[in-house]
Amino acid sequence: MATETNSRVPKIGQRNKKGQLITDPNEMFFLSPRTPSFLTGSEVIREAIRRASVDFSVAYPITPQSEASSLVGELFAEGYVGDYMRGESEFAVMGQCAGAAFGGARVFTTTAGPGTLRAFENFPMWAGSRLPIQVVFTVRGVNSPLTIQPDTLEIAFMLETGMLLWHAETAQDLFDFMLKGYYVAEQPEVHLPIGVICDGFFVTHTKDMVMMTPEDLALPHYDPYRSPVVCMDMEVPPVRMMRDPFVMKSNYISYMTHASWQLEIRAAIERSRKHTIPILDGLIEVENPDAEILMVASGTAVSQAREAVRLFRDKGVKVGIVKIKTLRPFPTEELRKATEHAKHIFVPEFNVAGWLAREIKSTIDRNGRVIAGPHVAGGMTMPPEIIVEEIEKHLAHRRNKELVHG
Amino acid sequence: MGKKIQINKEFVDIMPQDYLDLVENGTFESPNRGWKDFGTATELIAEHSLCAGCPESIAFRHIMASIPNPEDTVMVGSTGCTSLVFPMIAVHNIHSLFGNQNAIATGLKRALAVRFPDKVKDVIVLAGDGATVDIGLDMTLQSWFRKERFTTICFDNELYANTGGQESGLMQKGFLAKMAPVGKKFEKVRLPEIARESGCDYVAIMTASKPSLVEKVIKQAVLIAREVGPTYIQIYTPCILEIGKQSMEGLQEMRTSEAPGERFKFREFISPEAQSFLDGLAEKKKAEKLAATGATS
Repeated sequence: MATETNSRVPKIGQRNKKGQLITDPNEMFFLSPRTPSFLTGSEVIREAIRRASVDFSVAYPITPQSEASSLVGELFAEGYVGDYMRGESEFAVMGQCAGAAFGGARVFTTTAGPGTLRAFENFPMWAGSRLPIQVVFTVRGVNSPLTIQPDTLEIAFMLETGMLLWHAETAQDLFDFMLKGYYVAEQPEVHLPIGVICDGFFVTHTKDMVMMTPEDLALPHYDPYRSPVVCMDMEVPPVRMMRDPFVMKSNYISYMTHASWQLEIRAAIERSRKHTIPILDGLIEVENPDAEILMVASGTAVSQAREAVRLFRDKGVKVGIVKIKTLRPFPTEELRKATEHAKHIFVPEFNVAGWLAREIKSTIDRNGRVIAGPHVAGGMTMPPEIIVEEIEKHLAHRRNKELVHG
Repeated sequence: MGKKIQINKEFVDIMPQDYLDLVENGTFESPNRGWKDFGTATELIAEHSLCAGCPESIAFRHIMASIPNPEDTVMVGSTGCTSLVFPMIAVHNIHSLFGNQNAIATGLKRALAVRFPDKVKDVIVLAGDGATVDIGLDMTLQSWFRKERFTTICFDNELYANTGGQESGLMQKGFLAKMAPVGKKFEKVRLPEIARESGCDYVAIMTASKPSLVEKVIKQAVLIAREVGPTYIQIYTPCILEIGKQSMEGLQEMRTSEAPGERFKFREFISPEAQSFLDGLAEKKKAEKLAATGATS
């Protein structure tokens, strides 16, 4: 197998054509000085990509990611991104991303809501073909009548695609997850596509203070030869090599091939833990783990839950929070441990289905403790007062039930 | 063995004979490679799993003998009969989904251009008519509108062969097929004309009956795509099973269909830019020949 000896590609310690110093990822993430910047989520996406040594990016307008993908275009015009284009639909965009990844490029794109579903066939293909593409999902509603409002329902569709899925709570998470996401997704033993999810509008269109790594430091370039599969660049001919040949026979060996590959994709997701845990400081973050009332959430629902905890504290009630950072891999063991002492587990969500509550119910024991809610949908906000009210209402209802039924 | 085609000496005794043959007797890096290498050189296409006598296998063989730069060519296929041949060819090739081949090729070509700005890396799409004209038409056309620098080859068998002979857009009007139970209601889609209007700098419609013509067309198409703009070749590869022919009748079917006035009579469109590029190539060749003659006289 070839190794990346291309002298055009700057190595750690060298500068790229924009003068950025190629820096060891861990040094960049943890040792480089961070400075505060007040930015929108869309601008944060631009700033992460500025530092990510991206070879190819495809854009397509769909609210609420249009601004971010245009800003990546500006980076291309400035020379920070190798190539950039507007695709013709999300299905085509994800194919263009796949083609570039097959050819050994580090690839970035963004989409949202209906775009995610239009592109859907591509995501399990990316995972099966082991293409470590990064897509930022700025999630929004997917129902009809048409909506552009924030809603996390589309994440439910993504859960079994075989992709890594990290859910950012804040603009800071978004910045860090994007850079760290490439590092984890491109590990040879992982080598899977990664969806970095942020809640549309709540994160993309609001301004937040973000601690940024220096602008003149960039991640090392993707090395397509550190991969469990062959890069399609004809650098080592001759070879009879198809990515990926059909296995379509109606026999046990064929079924077994597919089953084992599906299991391998899931095993690769699990193998990402050992790289993710140190770099994200765990797959979950826990506050007040000994509280009887616990809220488990991901994305901006965590921020709302934090405010609700503050309101409860003012009332003298101790409530805990578990923030889930990675939906895939799902923090199964971590959640079991973190919810050990809880009597009531609430799962606030911005979608009608309550998919996170379902995931948690299927993970922990005594799952009668899990209450799927409060949840809002269709773009509704979830003020902390509502969370408090709903939790209190539910607890009162439980108490009454216990009184009646003893 | 050329400059690029090397084998690690440590591996010589463990590599399969097929691989050693490709290294020793393949036509990689041969400037004059073409269909005349049949029988004297190791072909880039090995056994295939198509039906006996399938004209697709003939077309595939002619194409693989003709591509000008196989050692730096990556091919993109799609779902269908062609994808049963792709594992047997000696260039990197990609299948991902049904119909997205021109999107894949777009990303691939651009990635290779970013990674290897100083090298020639050709990309060739080869897909059936369902993939090119029906499910993938959007991406086929959009790649031409954008003037993406690769060649699109459509194996036109005028139906969906791999799924058992259903109606396709390139099927002839009136043809009775599955999913066209009372005959196809509309005309064969005129993709060559659409290709010309969509920005292709070179378009050819033909059959695979004449290897020398396939060679000429493929070489022109790949070189024009490399230097000028997108190119499109539509080759009739009849599905002998679905049109009720015998294994040995594929060649005759192609010959009949390319007769004057028939739908696959050879036609080509060359844009003025492509023509001037081809003229330049011809002049260069002539000058080289003259110089060679001068040197020997």
